Amino acid sequence: MSEHATSRGFYVALGISLLVLTAVTVGAAFVNLGPFNPVIALLIATIKATLVVLFFMHVKGASEKMTAAVVISGFFFLAILLVLSMADYLTRAWR
Amino acid sequence: MADSHATAVDTAVASPQLRHHFADMEQQKNAASLGMWLFLVTEIMFFGGMFCAYLVYRTKYFNAFAAGSQQLSIGMGAFNTAVLLISSLTVVLAVRAAQDGKRKQLVSYLVITVLLGLTFLGVKGVEYREKFEKHHVPGPTFQFTDTFDDNGKKIPVDAQHAQLFFSIYFVMTGMHALHMIIGCGLFTVLTVFAWKGHYSPGYYTPIENAGLYWHLVDIIWIYLFPLLYLISRHS
Repeated sequence: MSEHATSRGFYVALGISLLVLTAVTVGAAFVNLGPFNPVIALLIATIKATLVVLFFMHVKGASEKMTAAVVISGFFFLAILLVLSMADYLTRAWR
Repeated sequence: MADSHATAVDTAVASPQLRHHFADMEQQKNAASLGMWLFLVTEIMFFGGMFCAYLVYRTKYFNAFAAGSQQLSIGMGAFNTAVLLISSLTVVLAVRAAQDGKRKQLVSYLVITVLLGLTFLGVKGVEYREKFEKHHVPGPTFQFTDTFDDNGKKIPVDAQHAQLFFSIYFVMTGMHALHMIIGCGLFTVLTVFAWKGHYSPGYYTPIENAGLYWHLVDIIWIYLFPLLYLISRHS
């Protein structure tokens, strides 16, 4: 019943890379990148979240295929919420 | 095909945790996992609404949000991020220990997870106390006189707009902290059950699903940290 092909070393390495990415976010915040500061911060956050979802939450290699569909639909609806709301608020000044 | 199904049912009958409406343990586990993920999607939408409010007001009152953000302690925020990431690691190692049927290892990873969760909440408490002392808690006593530093130019900030930043800060980190408190309670109960030997390589769904919840709460913090603590820190 050896369900996990992933070794403890892999998880620890993943944990360490998540900590390194946190340090990179903090470091990048102090460098003036103009409009790219929030872009970099969100990009790193998304990389971290993706690593957690795929490997810590076992979505990659899940035996139940519906799981991936539910996860993707969740983020899809979140995207609808954020993109459509911002499309409204950011274009209100346009006449 | 028919044979493998039959053996699955046979071994499952021996398991006391199998509910009668499931064919075998694997089906029961998959159903529980899918249900947990559906719940997590509702959690994503719940926090999504708050992230949306944050985005709208951040674009509208950027200077006030940047000035407010600079009042938060990056040190404590980064420390808490690290604490949560390490706790996610101990959770995944706990699930692994449960899969291998290592009871003592499972119990120790669960205990470490709860302790890390309590550490996070303790640091959060220190941060909240500081906000009360500085009158940065929204309400009648709210005060904010800081300026937004735009490349050396000091731009005065509307206190009402800064109050909006702190309202969003308290609602989002507060809801997150509430989830952490629930998670710590959940993991304490699991520790007791694990200690009593309720879980085996054939049945550890509660550990796995509580782990999913813990990781989601971690992911929400992964986004909260840069969005709240790191607005316009250069200059």
